[in-house]
Formats: sequence, C-alpha cells, structure tokens
Amino acid sequence: MTGYEVNVGEAIVFWVCAALSVLGAIGLITSRKAVHSALWMALTMINLAILYIANNAPFLGMVQVIVYTGAVMMLFLFVLMVVGVDSSDSLIETIKGQRFLAVVLGLLLIVILVWGLGSSLSGLPSVGLDAANRVDGGNVQSIAHLIFTDYLLVFEVTSALLITAAMGAMVLAHREHWQPKPTQAELSIARFKGDDHPGNRPSPGIYARHNAVDTPALLPDGTPTEASIPGALRSRADVQPVEIEDGRANEERDSQ
Amino acid sequence: MTGGQFGFFGVDPWWIVIVKVLGIFVMLVLLTLFTIWWERRVVSRMQHRIGPNRVGPFGLLQSLMDGVKLALKEEIVPKGVHLAVYWIAPIISATTAFIAFAVIPFGPVVNMFGQQTPLQLTDFPVSVLYILAIASIGIYGIVLAGWASGSTYPLLGGLRSSAQMISYEIAMGLSFVAVFLYAGSMSTSEIVSAQEPVWFAVILLPSFLIYVTAMVGETNRAPFDLPEAEGELVGGFHTEYSSMKFALFFLAEYINMVTVSALATTLFLGGWRAPWPISLWDAANTGYWPMLWWLAKVQIFIFIFIWLRGTLPRLRYDQFMKFGWKILIPVSIVWILIVATARVLRNDVQFTSTQILLVGAITIVVLLAGSWLLQSRADRKTALQEEADAEIQARVFDAMAGGYPVPPMPGQQVSLPSRRATSSVTTQEAIDG
Repeated sequence: MTGYEVNVGEAIVFWVCAALSVLGAIGLITSRKAVHSALWMALTMINLAILYIANNAPFLGMVQVIVYTGAVMMLFLFVLMVVGVDSSDSLIETIKGQRFLAVVLGLLLIVILVWGLGSSLSGLPSVGLDAANRVDGGNVQSIAHLIFTDYLLVFEVTSALLITAAMGAMVLAHREHWQPKPTQAELSIARFKGDDHPGNRPSPGIYARHNAVDTPALLPDGTPTEASIPGALRSRADVQPVEIEDGRANEERDSQ
Repeated sequence: MTGGQFGFFGVDPWWIVIVKVLGIFVMLVLLTLFTIWWERRVVSRMQHRIGPNRVGPFGLLQSLMDGVKLALKEEIVPKGVHLAVYWIAPIISATTAFIAFAVIPFGPVVNMFGQQTPLQLTDFPVSVLYILAIASIGIYGIVLAGWASGSTYPLLGGLRSSAQMISYEIAMGLSFVAVFLYAGSMSTSEIVSAQEPVWFAVILLPSFLIYVTAMVGETNRAPFDLPEAEGELVGGFHTEYSSMKFALFFLAEYINMVTVSALATTLFLGGWRAPWPISLWDAANTGYWPMLWWLAKVQIFIFIFIWLRGTLPRLRYDQFMKFGWKILIPVSIVWILIVATARVLRNDVQFTSTQILLVGAITIVVLLAGSWLLQSRADRKTALQEEADAEIQARVFDAMAGGYPVPPMPGQQVSLPSRRATSSVTTQEAIDG
C-alpha cells in the first residue's frame, strides 16, 4: 500500500464498500420508517469505517464504528423506539419551495466540494501513508502525537463543547422533586403501617365456567371478595357476578 | 498491514487462513455446546440436583440433542413483526459473536503443516478496539430484535439491553486504558507478550475487577440479565423468536461469554502463557501446548459466570444503572489518572518506586487536608443557609401568592397531597435527598 498504485484487494474493497455506503445513503433518505433510515445510516457508517481501515487508518475506522455506529446511532435508535416515530407521520411538506431550494443548495455543495477540494489538493506533494505513519512508529502513535501536541487546544475545546451539550440536556430534562423519592425500605415500612393487608391480594377466582381477571375470588367462608379484582375493573364496575347459595358458590357445589 | 512487529500477520497462504477460520468456528460451536452442558451441570450441583446425565457420557451430548431439536422446531412468526428487520436481527447477533474472535491469540508462532504461523487469525495495531467495535454492532441484533417483534415486552427488553450494554461498554473501555498504558499497544498479541514477567491482573488489579464486573453486564448474564428478566419481561428481546432464529440468539449469548472470557484472559491473565508452576517447564510456552493453558483460563472465567448465576439474585434496574454510572465509571477514571501519573513519573521523570510511593502519599495528605478545609467551609455555609431557611419557613407558604401559582421557596413547608405514605416534607430535604 505504498505510493499510488492500488492492488487488486484494495480495489475490490473500495468498489464493494463504496457501493454499499452509497446504497445506505440512498436508503437513508428514501425509507419511510425512521428506524429503517437509522439502519441504512449504520450500514453507510460501517462501510466508511472499512474504507478508512483499507486506507491504513485502522484507529479512525475502529473509532468510527465504536463512537458513531455503536453509540450515536444507537442512541438515535433508542429515541426513535421510545418516541415511536413511524410511517403514520405526515409527509406533507409545509415549507414552500423546499424541494427546489434543496436541489439548488445540494448542487452548490457538490460544486464547492469538488472545486474546493480539487483545487486545494491538486499539486500537493504526497508523502505517502507509510512515511506519515512511520514518524512516530505507527498510525495510533502518530494520531496520539498530533492530538496531544498540535491540536491539544482544539481537542480540549471540542470536549468542553460536548460536556456543555450534555450538561444542557441534563438541565433541560431536570425536574425538581418537591418530595424526596421514597426508598424501598420506606415503601415497605409504609406498606405495613397502612390499612391494607401487607401481603399479596387474593388472585381472581378461577372456576369451571370462568377463567378471567374479572371474576372475584372466594374467601374461605364462600363469599366473593372484590379485593381480588384489579382496581381499574372495580371502578368500571366490570366485575362478573358469582352466584352464591347457602354461602357456597355454584361452581364449588358443582365440582363436588 | 505487513512489516514491523506484525510481520507474522497477514502473510499466511490462503489455505492456512481457511484452516484457522474453520478451526475457530468449530471450536466456538463446540465450546458453546460444552458451556451449556457445563452450566446446567454446575448449576444443578449448586441446587442439589443432578442435571442432564442421560445422553452420552455424563450427559455431554445433551446440548447437541437440544440444539438439533431447537433447529427442527416449528418456526412461528407473529403477525405484527417488521419482517426484514426481524430476520436480520438474529443474523447480526450471531455473526458479530463469531467474528470478534478473529483477533484472540491462542498461542505462539507454531509450525502448521510446514508453515510458520501464529495461532491467531489476524492482528493489527488496534485489535482490542476492533473487539469493542464488533461488540457495539452486536447490540444492534438485540435492539432490533426487540423493535422488530412489534410487541411491548421485547421492545422494553431491547431498550434495556441497549442502555445496559452502552453503559457497561464505557466502563469496559475505561478498564482497557490502564492495560494499553502498560503494554504500550492495543494489539492483542503484543499485550500478551507485554505480560511476560507479571500478569496485568496483578499490577492492574482495579482494572481487572472493573473489567470482570463490566463483562457480566455486557453479556446480559445474571445478576445483570435485566433485558431478559423472566419475571418482568417474559423472555425480553427474544420473546417472539422461535426455532432457528432463537437458536442463533442462544448461540450468540454463549459465544459472547467465551469472547469476553477470552478477552479477559488476553488482557489480564497473560493470554496463552503458562501460569507459574507450569511455566517452570521449558516447553510450556512452545508449540500447541499454550492452547491448553488458554482454554483452562477461559474455562475459569466461564465457571465464574455460572457461579454468579447460581448464587446472586437479579439486580433492580435503577440500582444496576446507578452502579455502572456512579461507581464503575468514576472509579475507573480515578484509577486511570493514578496509573497515568505513575507511568509518567517512572518513564519521563525517572522516579524510583519509593519516590512514586512518596509522591502518592503526599498527594493523599494534600487531598485529605483540602477536603477537610472545604468541608469546614461548607459546614459554615450550611449553618448560615439554615438560619436563612428558618426565616423563610416562618412565613406561611401561599401557593397562589399574587394570584398566580408559585413553587415554594427553599425551606418552606409544602403540604402536598402525599403520594404513598410520605408525609409533607420541606423542599430543602427534597433537594438534598
């Protein structure tokens, strides 16, 4: 991998990964489900990472996967799943002329990238990757050397920026508690001090004809107890009646 | 990536690569079958049962039979699933589990069918980061399985596991830093050779303990198996999976156990190098023998996994996350700071061990004195604050002061309708608590 010549393996890696990353990018903007978009984007990122590694930048490639695919994209997915964004979202454009502007600005960006990068990079003397990596004895060491000497300030300022963003999110999401949150011990003490029975409530009655939560359980004396019915059903008065004869349930008598 | 210290890697003929890949694949599948049997037997012993003992000698073929049965079971695909993602998820889980093993060293350079080659598929300057990267892709399998199942419990399990694995991956990554500092490399083979006189588990004990804790969290194993807590989430992310797809998740979980154990062996227990009494034998670290020592060390970790499962109850989710973020990560960061300082003092300032200890002692004394000073100042401040609070408290809190709803001033009595049994408390207590 020295100089300009590209060997067969590298060419294969490039054409496969480049095609896949473009495919991922197209999938990202065309899929209707937000989670699918996130997955296409993960595909693009992983393929870019492989390209970095093929370009003798293994550290960058690995960090790309760990940070972007593993952490950032995962948090995106997390939010998408919690919020539950899906295809039912409105796809009607609310800003007029949005498409036209997007196309024009996109073309401008391409021009700037091609022209800017082309004019600034053409004619630049190329040292070669091996020579660049050899300065400090390896790719990782060279990156470390640059980060902790020439770019130390930029590096620290960036980390301060990230910390500030995280702090900001925490401040925005913070809710002041007016009461301390009861601990498990306090809850358990309160449970025994309360009027309710501290143990489990009786489970709903299961009989030959009923097998449902809305059927009350029978106490030892044969009377039905509403304590076995979930509160929501009780407040809707959605409780099945249990026929009682002589203090005994029908079902109980039938089974004998 | 040829040349330099990695001269032995990337130069194998293609058929040696295939032999190694097949070898690793077969070994992982066999280890999975063995680990399942081993786990069932050990847990049985801990619970005064016998465990599987019918199929094959000592029941060794039980997991093979179970595997065949599992693969031949009816495949049930529920109605509401997102089909494409539902299919991809178990594949991501299983493939990432396998390919993480590419950089684990099993032994030194050996003679394989007339070729001099290391007992390791490949290695490069950042191979430990490679394992972390593959692990983070592996989480996708679980999260997507939870989402694609289109039902509540799997979704909750998937979300839990993503939060859990990201949190514990940070602690895990931080525990590697001290190893990188001491080995001067992130390549697995170099880390193994850097542990020639002493294992890193001895000199970097805190890192080792943090890693062992984090690796249990990372593999979703008891007592940290919250993503599949049966009592709360049925089966967690794999509730809606059956047959071969479920088998892939099962396989991935056990291979991940082997992977993190192998990583622990590589980073902290000297990798394939023979432990002390055996290392007196000259040939202990040559030829294919080291694979045996490697396997023994990995099995010790797997036994610890099983032991934990048989012993400890599952943690509550919030306690578990608190443990990761508020204990493991800060402790790791402080420990890295100490290790880095000691390294700089030794390498750049050329301090001796006594001098480093002296510097450490002075730092501790200064820190203690400083914290005492700060504490006494804070105490004085709190006393003043309490006086001020008492003054405010004397005024009665009017929730509609000036015609608008207002929150209480710090220290003012609030009588809210109490949620459970907690009576009214002051805001100050609420803030402190």
